[in-house]
Amino acid sequence: MDSGSALWWAVAGSGIYHGINPGMGWPLAVSAALMNGRRRSLFVALGMLATGHLIAMLAILLPFSFMTVLVQYERELRIGAGLLVVAMGVYLLITRRHPKILARIHPARLVLWSFLAAMAHGAGLMLVPVYLGMCAIDDAGHLAAQSLMRGNIINAFSVAIAHTLAMIVAGGILAIVVYLWLGVRFVSKSWFNLDILWALSLIAVGLTGVYTSI
Amino acid sequence: MAIRPDQSFHATAQLAMQAPVEKYGFTVMLSPDGSQSDGIAVVDLDETSGTYGQIVHQVIVPNKGDEFHHFGWNACSSALSPLSGHAFLERRYLIVPGIRSSRIYVIDVKEPLQAKIHKIIEPEEVFAKTGYSRPHTIHCGPEGIYVSTLGGGGEDGTDGPPGIFIMDCETFEIIGQYEMDRGPQNKHYDFWWNLPQDYMVSSEWGLPPQFENGIVAEDLLSNQYGHSIHFWDLRKRKNIQTIDLGDNHQMALEIRPAHDPKKSYGFCGVVVDTTNLQGAIFTWWRDDDGKWQAKKTITIDPQPADPDDLPELLKGFSAVPPLVTDIDLSLDDKYLYVACWGTGEMHQYDVSDPMNPVLAGKVEVGGIVKNTKHPNGKDFAFGPQMVEVSRDGSRVYWTNSLYSTWDDQFYPDDEGGQMVMARVGESGGLELDENFYIDFPEGYRSHQIRLEGGDCSTDSFCYPNV
Repeated sequence: MDSGSALWWAVAGSGIYHGINPGMGWPLAVSAALMNGRRRSLFVALGMLATGHLIAMLAILLPFSFMTVLVQYERELRIGAGLLVVAMGVYLLITRRHPKILARIHPARLVLWSFLAAMAHGAGLMLVPVYLGMCAIDDAGHLAAQSLMRGNIINAFSVAIAHTLAMIVAGGILAIVVYLWLGVRFVSKSWFNLDILWALSLIAVGLTGVYTSI
Repeated sequence: MAIRPDQSFHATAQLAMQAPVEKYGFTVMLSPDGSQSDGIAVVDLDETSGTYGQIVHQVIVPNKGDEFHHFGWNACSSALSPLSGHAFLERRYLIVPGIRSSRIYVIDVKEPLQAKIHKIIEPEEVFAKTGYSRPHTIHCGPEGIYVSTLGGGGEDGTDGPPGIFIMDCETFEIIGQYEMDRGPQNKHYDFWWNLPQDYMVSSEWGLPPQFENGIVAEDLLSNQYGHSIHFWDLRKRKNIQTIDLGDNHQMALEIRPAHDPKKSYGFCGVVVDTTNLQGAIFTWWRDDDGKWQAKKTITIDPQPADPDDLPELLKGFSAVPPLVTDIDLSLDDKYLYVACWGTGEMHQYDVSDPMNPVLAGKVEVGGIVKNTKHPNGKDFAFGPQMVEVSRDGSRVYWTNSLYSTWDDQFYPDDEGGQMVMARVGESGGLELDENFYIDFPEGYRSHQIRLEGGDCSTDSFCYPNV
């Protein structure tokens, strides 16, 4: 497997990882369907969760795609981004407090909730080293800055969309299975504390980003 | 750090009903004259145990005169809210406020037989961080522990209105006032909510000078106690509607929303109607236009009595009022239990149709006039008061004290603390268990009961029944 497809697998894999984590919202889709007594509400909720997640990914990736214009600093950028992701992981590992703000959002405002949940947990940051790795593989040096930036912006959208698709399919399957067959008993049974694993994942991804750019 | 959610957290009320039954209860031990320190009694409720129905441990606090009343958990089934991501809290600490001292104790009951004080929050901290005093009802909610208070600032608690404050559910730091817009709310008592539907309901007793030294007869007869319930946008922290139940409906106390969050109704108990001495239950609900409504759905008549059998306060009426002081709703939203502290009765209403409750069972024990003995032949001081229902709905526990100074006015000759239990029949009905009768240690009265693993007035569920 070449490094390009390995990176795409990382994009999809992180999406699945985010999707099955109850903290990213699939139980909200179950709850919406049960409260409204309509199966349709489950899909509406999933759509809103996906939208919020996608916006959060883009909010993180797009600034980096603009910075990739500074080709001469590519290495510094990748190292800096890697260290930023490590720092977020270390922060989450030390504080281990859940952001109270998430509990203050009205249960119907799922786009906002999903966006803030992803931002607060550094879900978008997890993609940055992978994304920058992809940008580096593209034959960057031979392109004019303008077309390079256009390419990288398209790349950012591709990564964010692919990741969000994987996330919502994984979370959506869980939500549907719980709603139709397993019942809400599964919510407490399946909810594992991923706090430490999540923080360690950020650190690992960040370190990998730093390592591969040196 | 927990890897899985606490086993006692349940997604729905239905699942909580199927959970293993309670093995321990926690009950307030109150020294009415402040001569001893208050405490929490740990009661053995495991029917297979050799010490079943006995106090097996006591947590006695270091201060005197706190006056324990209501208390609650640091965390409950609300932790499974998909919005908050607090699923890994432990139901481990009881938050026990003193309503006379404004001191708050955090008691670690992870090992019930070795329950101990974990933290003490001094009154000065409560005053400084909240502007409130006399903390009362505890609910574990979306952003932490919500604590209702009965008093505002100042010596007598009348400097500013009472309200709710929030505490961190892990560090037990006081965060601050809850309300952003309280509207006309200026008294406080109970509160509860529906988390997915994002509303809260609160009620009113009276201001501290109206209760601390006993009931003020002139205030009652001129309808000066609370008689409104308030509806709030829970997350916006805004009073969205106030319903005045009518100023003759004095003391709107316990708020009991349906446990199934799909339902938009609940109940509120009113102690006394000053026009006829009736006790009453109001059903409140949200109509199709989104407006809140309330209607009196249960009335309980006073009972005629010889003035010689009545305390000073009631002699002029030649009747004993029921005094509806506590209510509790079973987890299946089917039975509402109503304590008639004056007449000495515990009523069980079938509220399957919340607009048309039907009396399904009744037990008589204690009471100002009847003074009915327990089936085991022993006396029951005062009347049935704080009531708690087991999760499975089969056992109903209650104690007998209302509030130190009020006990003495309504029952000047009674003293003592008792906790009893009644069993619920297959199709309703209520019968006292002859073998369950706990006499509290000398000098102590009893008040609220909490059951290990949650009960019918602690847990808020985030998913509807299926």
